[in-house]
Amino acid sequence: MSQAVVDRLSTQFGERVLETSDAFGDYEATFAVEHWVEAAQFVKEDAELQMDHFIDLTAIDYPERASARFDVTLMVRSSVNGARIRLRTRVKEDEEPGTLSGLWAGANWAEREVWDMFGIKFKGHPDMRRILLYEEFVGHPLRKDYPIDKAQPLVPYREVGEIEKLAPFGIEEGQPFARIDWESRLAGRDEQVSPSIGVQHGQRRTLSDSEAAEQIQARIEARMASEAEAETESDAAPKEGSEA
Amino acid sequence: MEPADELLNDEAALELSEDPMRLNMGPSHPAMHGTIRMVMDLDGETVVNLDVQPGYLHRGFEKSCERGTWAQVFPYADRLNYVSPMLNNVGWSLAVEKLLEIEVPERCQYYRVILGELSRISDHFTCNGASAMELGAFTPFLWLLKVRDWVWDILERETGARMTHSFGRIGGMAEPPTPTFKDDVLRVIPELHKVVKETETMLLGNRIFLDRMQGVGVLTKEQALSYGVTGPVARSAGIPYDVRKDHPYLVYDRFDFDVPVGEDGDNWDRFMVRLEEIRQSVRIIEQAIEQMPDDGPVNVDDPRIVYPEKDAVYTTIEATIAHFKLVMEGLRTPKGEVYSFTEGGNGELGFHIVSDGSGTPYRVRVRPPCWYNLASAREMLLGGMIADIIPTFGSVNMIGGECDR
Repeated sequence: MSQAVVDRLSTQFGERVLETSDAFGDYEATFAVEHWVEAAQFVKEDAELQMDHFIDLTAIDYPERASARFDVTLMVRSSVNGARIRLRTRVKEDEEPGTLSGLWAGANWAEREVWDMFGIKFKGHPDMRRILLYEEFVGHPLRKDYPIDKAQPLVPYREVGEIEKLAPFGIEEGQPFARIDWESRLAGRDEQVSPSIGVQHGQRRTLSDSEAAEQIQARIEARMASEAEAETESDAAPKEGSEA
Repeated sequence: MEPADELLNDEAALELSEDPMRLNMGPSHPAMHGTIRMVMDLDGETVVNLDVQPGYLHRGFEKSCERGTWAQVFPYADRLNYVSPMLNNVGWSLAVEKLLEIEVPERCQYYRVILGELSRISDHFTCNGASAMELGAFTPFLWLLKVRDWVWDILERETGARMTHSFGRIGGMAEPPTPTFKDDVLRVIPELHKVVKETETMLLGNRIFLDRMQGVGVLTKEQALSYGVTGPVARSAGIPYDVRKDHPYLVYDRFDFDVPVGEDGDNWDRFMVRLEEIRQSVRIIEQAIEQMPDDGPVNVDDPRIVYPEKDAVYTTIEATIAHFKLVMEGLRTPKGEVYSFTEGGNGELGFHIVSDGSGTPYRVRVRPPCWYNLASAREMLLGGMIADIIPTFGSVNMIGGECDR
């Protein structure tokens, strides 16, 4: 069923279909950005395809790819014949694909989310605001270069001197949630692993540029200093007692 | 403070503005289920403009998934739709299994179906119960939650947890079914029927309930398709789309069940579709229990995917190393991109995953059914009365954990 959709697209668009794929049973066709809206409009309005049921629109970030940084994918299905298709386009960092919110109302929120999370703007979108995050947020968190442990609280965290914790909880607290990439760690490139694990394993040197590692280091030193202080005090205490 | 009668004497103070009044509802409002803010313009009591603002429960699910192993996503998946966590567990397992191109043994497939349908029942009980409660009918809410608790008792016996089970595994389940599993389920089924019947007797002839539900919050078929609405909300608008029927996964093609479809797409239809789906889920469970084999493996036989037996981990070096590799490095998936979708409590729950061939997901996209259902709520509410927001929003069954991720 879905193969028929790919065939129909190939006959209609010919050379303008850049790639097709049926990997893992998901049928998809890739278009250039300038044909994005046209292709989407075709699958929706063609009498044979009638892809009227919007399913999902999202993006994938490939920062290392030279040609175009983002993939934008659209999934739609037909309520008439049940066929499904995934359309894909590759978008450069400052490029703006056309909006599909005029074709499917569901694309409105989906495109707002892609803008929020990836920073891809859609040309002609009626309401290009952030949707999950707040307007004051800087950056786009699902980009690969956005650090996973970077927090941007709207209300600053309280500084409580007595409690040895960063609100909402300390960076080095609890089980580290990461797969340790031993190959890059041994090669000194430890980007995927959280700095806290580096500290736990005594490999601070490879992470010296990380702010978090410095913070932890500073706190460990502060704790050691206060412990040393307490020791000298307790050494001094019995002396006073014996004198009295 | 000025005395009240002084204000009344002043003619000008009684004059009402002709401009619409702007009103904020939520995010901290009992009817907004905790996390949604609605900014609306009101003309009298009529909603003339509405902006639905989600995001107050956003906790970076997709970003967090890019950091751990494939197996470490299960606890997060639990917390998507936390009213039916088992369906998310099964959905995530199936997505990774699709990428690995493996199929779990038959006994596990039935097990997943039964646990998933029990979850769906508890999801629909919660939604319908809360809908009734928000209209002042507290008794049906308590009745439905009482039975939901019995369903959760089964889930607790099987998984050890009432809500966030983290019970799914890639290539199987954490544990095989307990010996009394089938009996436990069969014992609860008559109670389920009884309570559904009782709820119907109590609510469906109630004039207040009918007036608040019928013809309120209408979503047309075209709007539902365009907004990407799925699940009970789409079916109530006349779209007979159910992933279990249209794209059968697990062993759903072996069961005889109906997909209830509404006509008007109003609150009433959404309520009735959910009520009927509970009955259909029970039908599926009864058939699955009959067909489910009592013996046989639950997990696939592949040490690269499935954790070794705990006993063996403590006694043999091979199992220890296998366990270590699976925990520390995670299982390896082939490079590729798949979209796998199942019927969640609220509609098509899709996982769009990209693998770069390492033990960590490169990108995980959840297609949350609630997200698109909630987007369509604007159409249901515009032009309606402000009081109708409460039953309508309730019948959309927005689950914050899944909607905001």
